[in-house]
Amino acid sequence: MKIIKLGEKITAANDREAEALRQRLKEKGILLINLMSAAGSGKTTLLSRIIKDMKDTRIGVMEADIASDVDAVRIEALGARAIQVHTNGMCHMDAGMTAEAVDALGDDELDLIFLENVGNLICPAEYDTGAGKKLMILSVPEGDDKPLKYPLMFMESDALVISKMDAREFFPFDMEAFTDRVRILNPDIKIFPVSAKTGEGMEALEGWLSEALEEWRS
Amino acid sequence: MHEMGIVLHLAKTLDQTAVEEKLSRISKVTLQVGEVSGIITDLFVDAWNYFKPRHPVLADSELVLEEIPAVTWCDSCKSKYETVRYGRTCPYCGSGETWLLQGNECVIKEIEAE
Repeated sequence: MKIIKLGEKITAANDREAEALRQRLKEKGILLINLMSAAGSGKTTLLSRIIKDMKDTRIGVMEADIASDVDAVRIEALGARAIQVHTNGMCHMDAGMTAEAVDALGDDELDLIFLENVGNLICPAEYDTGAGKKLMILSVPEGDDKPLKYPLMFMESDALVISKMDAREFFPFDMEAFTDRVRILNPDIKIFPVSAKTGEGMEALEGWLSEALEEWRS
Repeated sequence: MHEMGIVLHLAKTLDQTAVEEKLSRISKVTLQVGEVSGIITDLFVDAWNYFKPRHPVLADSELVLEEIPAVTWCDSCKSKYETVRYGRTCPYCGSGETWLLQGNECVIKEIEAE
């Protein structure tokens, strides 16, 4: 009998798989974006708008849900490549599941792949999927207090989309208090207030996506 | 059932360690779990007991959880305080410019194996 001191994260095996996937996609010049938010924040609506606007970028979408294929059907109707991933009850996507999903989607002739993670502000933030960038959405109706309740998601993300800006007048959402709370957690995060419905703010977000892709390939 | 996912990842990491270290049996696994890591220890142990028979190397291993207390640092008055008791606001000066020093860990400290 021997004692082995590990001092390793519980998710060490996952983190190694994530790094392998990140390297594989980097060599292919594909940027994988882990898109995370609560259920109903408008992930699929935002992606639909991005696909329509960024016609010169080849986009693939992996829709992860506990059940159903309604999201993948919506994305495919726009002409983008899409697959539905079922997590069999798991509340998040991990690196092994993501690598399998990329194989199923096919990694040829694509520039950007969006992993639409399970709708949940907690667990998806804790697992490295192998994505090159992490993008989160917080919709106006969810409220400006969410950074206080779910800090890890805000700390982990590279960029934050504030969605449903067209509904702002109907909700007591304090934009200044919200962005202050976010910046305390993550001073470097990029913030994009948008409405996928009216198109407000979409240009800035799509500019960030194009720059991130260019930087990934350089 | 957040704990189920964490146990699956733990089992995967230990399976890989067993292969790397050429271990046939892991008899004890000691984890360090932070007080605010979000892990509910009772559920975690239940999930562990459910999954370990599926991993031959772990089948009769004992799980030990060591809790690490959560401590927050206040940047304004340079003091430390108990996170769970006072939350994000410093009890000494009322500042919100506070950072978690420890208590969010989820680490495999050591294993006993042959």
